[in-house]
Amino acid sequence: MQEEEKYQKLKDIIKIYLPEDVAITDVEKNSHFMNNLNINSANLVDIVLDVEDAFDIRLENDDMDQMQTVNDAMAIIDAKLKEK
Amino acid sequence: MKRNEEYDWILNELPYADPFLFLDEILRVDNNGAEGSYLFKSDSDFYGGHFKNNPVTPGVLLTECCAQIGLVSLGIFLLGKETKLKNLSIGMSSSQMEFLLPVFPGERVRVVSELVYFRFQKLKCQVKMYNKNDKLVCKGVLAGMIGEANE
Repeated sequence: MQEEEKYQKLKDIIKIYLPEDVAITDVEKNSHFMNNLNINSANLVDIVLDVEDAFDIRLENDDMDQMQTVNDAMAIIDAKLKEK
Repeated sequence: MKRNEEYDWILNELPYADPFLFLDEILRVDNNGAEGSYLFKSDSDFYGGHFKNNPVTPGVLLTECCAQIGLVSLGIFLLGKETKLKNLSIGMSSSQMEFLLPVFPGERVRVVSELVYFRFQKLKCQVKMYNKNDKLVCKGVLAGMIGEANE
């Protein structure tokens, strides 16, 4: 899977959980999920669960703790896909 | 009704007290769900205003009852097995409920929950509430964050 395709797939998931005052065009690779995109911890879990389904991977508690920004998420997805 | 003392430790860990405790007893808890009951006391203050001259238990309180029995008791059970109950932090994150029958003052209800998932401190359950005739009163999906606070 190409980087761009992965990024698009991730953005499609994030879009579902954005609060009303944040647009998908506001999402950048260095966006912080909680601080910049105003996504709360409950919705961040939903994003992780959707990512697991979309990429057929499984994240652990440590991964969740490290997943602060969109870039972090991309890195974790890459690492998990390589492990497969 | 006879109390199941096996679950007293869960009742003791519940972060609620009168007048906002909506759980009398836990009937069953396991890894997949919880079951408990509550009697809506006919002398509760809110019946004076919901509705005027026509007391009916508010839907928000049925939801709260479902959450305390179905979600929070289950969460405490699951966390308690790992003894992760210090500094318990808790909050409802979503509720989607349908209400099918009214619950009048003095009615006892029974809540049954079924685990959807418990991951990364988010607990999601399907809940159903029945009246004393075992008729479905309300049902829905509730989710909340429950776990040890980091700070």
